[in-house]
Amino acid sequence: MTLEALLFYLFAAIACGSALAVVLTDNVVRMAFWLVMSLGAVASLFFLLEADFLGATQLLIYVGGTVVLLVFGVMLTATGPYVQIKTTPAEMFLGAGVGGLLLLVLASTVMGINWENDVAHALGAESEAALAADTTVDQSGTTGRPLGLAFVGVRPDAVGPDGAATRPGYLLPFEIVSVHLLVVLIGAAYLARAKRRVEPATDLLS
Amino acid sequence: MQALFAAATLQEFLTGMPVPGVKDGLSPGWALALAAGIHAALLFSLFGLLPLIYIWLERKVAGRIQDRLGPTRVGGRFGWLQTLADGVKLIQKEDLAPGAADRWVFQVAPYLAIVASFAAFMVLPFSDTWVAVSLDASVFVILALMSLEVLGIILAGYSSGSKWALFGAMREAAQMVSYEIPMALCLLVPLVAVGTLNLTEIGALQAGPVSSWLIFHDPFCFIAFFTYFTVATASVKRAPFDLAEAESELVAGFHTEYSGLRWSFFFMAEYASMFAVSAIAVIVFLGGWHTGLMVEEGLSGFKGWNPNFLVKDFTLGNYLLNVMGAKVLILKASLLVLVQIWVRWTLPRLRIDQVMTTCLKYLVPISCVLFLGAVLWPLLLMTTLKRTTIMEDMPSMGQLSLPPATAAVESEEMRGVHVVDGSKESVR
Amino acid sequence: MDTVGLNSYLLVAAMLFVCGVVCMAVKRNGIGILMGVELVLNGANLNLVAFARYTVLGLDGQVMALFVIVLAAAEAAIALAIALNFYNNHLTIDVDRGSELQG
Repeated sequence: MTLEALLFYLFAAIACGSALAVVLTDNVVRMAFWLVMSLGAVASLFFLLEADFLGATQLLIYVGGTVVLLVFGVMLTATGPYVQIKTTPAEMFLGAGVGGLLLLVLASTVMGINWENDVAHALGAESEAALAADTTVDQSGTTGRPLGLAFVGVRPDAVGPDGAATRPGYLLPFEIVSVHLLVVLIGAAYLARAKRRVEPATDLLS
Repeated sequence: MQALFAAATLQEFLTGMPVPGVKDGLSPGWALALAAGIHAALLFSLFGLLPLIYIWLERKVAGRIQDRLGPTRVGGRFGWLQTLADGVKLIQKEDLAPGAADRWVFQVAPYLAIVASFAAFMVLPFSDTWVAVSLDASVFVILALMSLEVLGIILAGYSSGSKWALFGAMREAAQMVSYEIPMALCLLVPLVAVGTLNLTEIGALQAGPVSSWLIFHDPFCFIAFFTYFTVATASVKRAPFDLAEAESELVAGFHTEYSGLRWSFFFMAEYASMFAVSAIAVIVFLGGWHTGLMVEEGLSGFKGWNPNFLVKDFTLGNYLLNVMGAKVLILKASLLVLVQIWVRWTLPRLRIDQVMTTCLKYLVPISCVLFLGAVLWPLLLMTTLKRTTIMEDMPSMGQLSLPPATAAVESEEMRGVHVVDGSKESVR
Repeated sequence: MDTVGLNSYLLVAAMLFVCGVVCMAVKRNGIGILMGVELVLNGANLNLVAFARYTVLGLDGQVMALFVIVLAAAEAAIALAIALNFYNNHLTIDVDRGSELQG
């Protein structure tokens, strides 16, 4: 077994096991802990997939930002010392059944396709060679710069034989997302603001 | 995958080493694993030793500032074994968990904090190419890893089942989450000047005299260093921003209920983070592992010196120069840690609302303005001086070793710039 | 077993996705449901990045994943604000209590 496979199985086990623990735990704080483990393991899988920038983003925004936000939510909405809203066994049983079936469908679909050949075939004959070339390229640890260039609309990684870019840049979606974030910032601040009760106006003269 | 570990050179050296019972010697995969293990062990010894020294330093400096002697007995005249004695005492203490605590989370939380703090050392370069994991976006990764420490602290405070701990954790969470923003923005200011997120490249660009350090690159970098240092002090929850463990209000904040070894984990994480943020400041602003006195340039002839060493790609001279670089880096970072300690024992603690005001009303706008200024600075210089740096030999984007695909684009852009320049020249 | 291919990553992603869906379905705690959403988005992200690595799609998968992460952060902020409002109105975070609009 290669080292890469070993690391993959380790992180995959942590990711799946922790995700399962999120479902099975009733205590919200413990759920947050397991969510951190799961998301952290997914970040490690990103690093294994040679997406180093994405792995770092996952750590910074998901684990360091979103989960902290969730824990904040837990603290602000805690009525007792440890919030536990139990799921009834019947609901759990039903959920497990439906989830198991869904997993079965997804897994059989994934296993039923020969990705190496069928996908390349579906994408066209000329891309088969590109696929063979692409998977052998070791772009390890250097995705930050191409990603940044893609966001400003330049694609040096996808240049056709005539020198024109074969893939789109992402400048417009990038701008839309940034405006979207601003809207969300204002919206969240508006929704979560502390409500001041307006005192009924008392007539001083009467 | 392999380049993710810069252990590559050590791996090359270890591959094929004779192992009893294995036919062809060590296989590349195992050599990589072994090399990674050696790197981790080296980092961990540093991670363990630095807090030991800094805690002693803190007690000594605190003593001197308060007109006392500080520790004097353990380990001879200067009490330099005091921390070790403290550690032995802490290990012997009973590992308590209060009855109201969520026991399991309570016991796991310190590990989360210390792992996050230690993981930051992974991408920290100590000298030229002396880094455990060499990533293209290492500044980003190190900020991400250090931001994870807050989770351990929140979970610790929340699971303690104590009001003091809960308040401490809430303060800590609010403080760390808001101080991350100006911290990242301040770090971006010099990064705009050099155009890379790779700490190793940033450090390598600052070779030469002191004037090539990035802090002297432009006025915005100069201010950004001091802003960064303030913010970094707050983000590792040191006084005057140590609201999370304000002992006059909250007993001991988030670690009120902890004792023994688990408590010392929080302490180690704090001191290791102090070193980590200081080392980032040194690499990004203060010349990294370069002395700035042209010593490296003087010794450059020494680089190839390699008496009686038959290992491939290893020269003793280069190795010794790297050892010197690592020492210079650790010394500079320790000086910054000393400043943090000095500030702690000099300034009074702020109130929590003052801490948040400082961040949100002053530091965030300041860092935004600095960032904007750093972006506009090359344009200003371009229109006045016809180059992007004040002095000719300053580090700038052009000196980078870019990956081939990007380099092509960059060179095209540069050619464009040259054409523009040329046309201007010809017009004149 | 010896080589890790696209299949293995897709299976992990499917597992995360299913866990997230079940979490969204069975939890009655509003914040627990949010955690389920995060798991679902992570499963999808893992799919995108795995396809980016193992097929010709290249960098585009990673760009999509970055957008997903950004939008997930935005979603978490808004949803948390909603959860806080829910708590202000019902003094609990149990989503089964929010049934005033039921006929």
